[in-house]
Amino acid sequence: MATSCISGSLLKYMLYYEDFHEGLVIPFGTYHLSREEVMEFARAFDPQPMHLDETAAKSSVLGGLAASGWHSSAILIRLSVEAYANKSAAMASNSMEEVKWLKPVYAGETVTGRATVLSRRVSSKRPEMGILKIRFELLDLAGGVKVEIIGVQFMGVRDP
Amino acid sequence: MIGLYLEQIEVGRVVELGSVHFTREAVISFARKYDPQPFHLDDAAAARGPFGKLTASGWHTAANWMQCYVASNQAAEAMLRAAGREPALLGPSPGFTNLRWIKPVCPSDTITYRITVTGKRELNSRPQWGMVSGLNEGFNQSGELVFSFESKVLTARRPVHRPQLSS
Repeated sequence: MATSCISGSLLKYMLYYEDFHEGLVIPFGTYHLSREEVMEFARAFDPQPMHLDETAAKSSVLGGLAASGWHSSAILIRLSVEAYANKSAAMASNSMEEVKWLKPVYAGETVTGRATVLSRRVSSKRPEMGILKIRFELLDLAGGVKVEIIGVQFMGVRDP
Repeated sequence: MIGLYLEQIEVGRVVELGSVHFTREAVISFARKYDPQPFHLDDAAAARGPFGKLTASGWHTAANWMQCYVASNQAAEAMLRAAGREPALLGPSPGFTNLRWIKPVCPSDTITYRITVTGKRELNSRPQWGMVSGLNEGFNQSGELVFSFESKVLTARRPVHRPQLSS
């Protein structure tokens, strides 16, 4: 017997502001960072020797070839887009109050992450838009935090 | 910063870091890798999205600030070396605060970046280093502020050359 089911394709989006309650933790998938990608990003945006050259990286504060901080932040954003933004009424962001690079992400590492909803409210000027404050964390597979970003995620309201 | 030791950096100084032209290809290519939301990838989807048009990922705007910052530093270091002086190297940054994307950046925009030194201090815990604070800004070709954030970067103090003691 067929059960009642709302097909995702019938909805414009799957998740709305109402679904992101305070305290919600959204686990992310994994991302493998290759040596080539570390150097490709660095050549385009952060061509310092510690992101381009193994020998220079070993003697740097990073202790080995590691991603630019902006690159590790971008990977965290990619994981968040896959985990919830592209499955929701996400409407971009206008600010991040903090970006902390706590540990390097080394070439060859696999990382994961999570988002935690810290607080939420509906915009007083735009009742169709919710404002989520989110903590994004990039994690190693043992759970250690490498990057922490706290910022705003605008999210469409299902029933304004 | 730009090859200068902590002692040489003046609070209030503005350093122009250069410009980046955002091509459509670069906007889409960055978004595909790191921020694949429809309004950064596709004109038709972007027309229905929050900005009504295709826009660059805010992280792309930030990464291009870094590109200009590193290029400016490397050029200044090379000039100092050519003049026979040892530049202060760029120190690591623990991260940034108050990133704000004030206006959207669109394909074919040119963003010009600058940093204003807002403070500096010595670090008691690390006598060879100081911390320099800066306000970083990006302006579009119409002169509108589109992006800003506050930075803190470790900056080397000028090495102290003590006279050799002979035994």
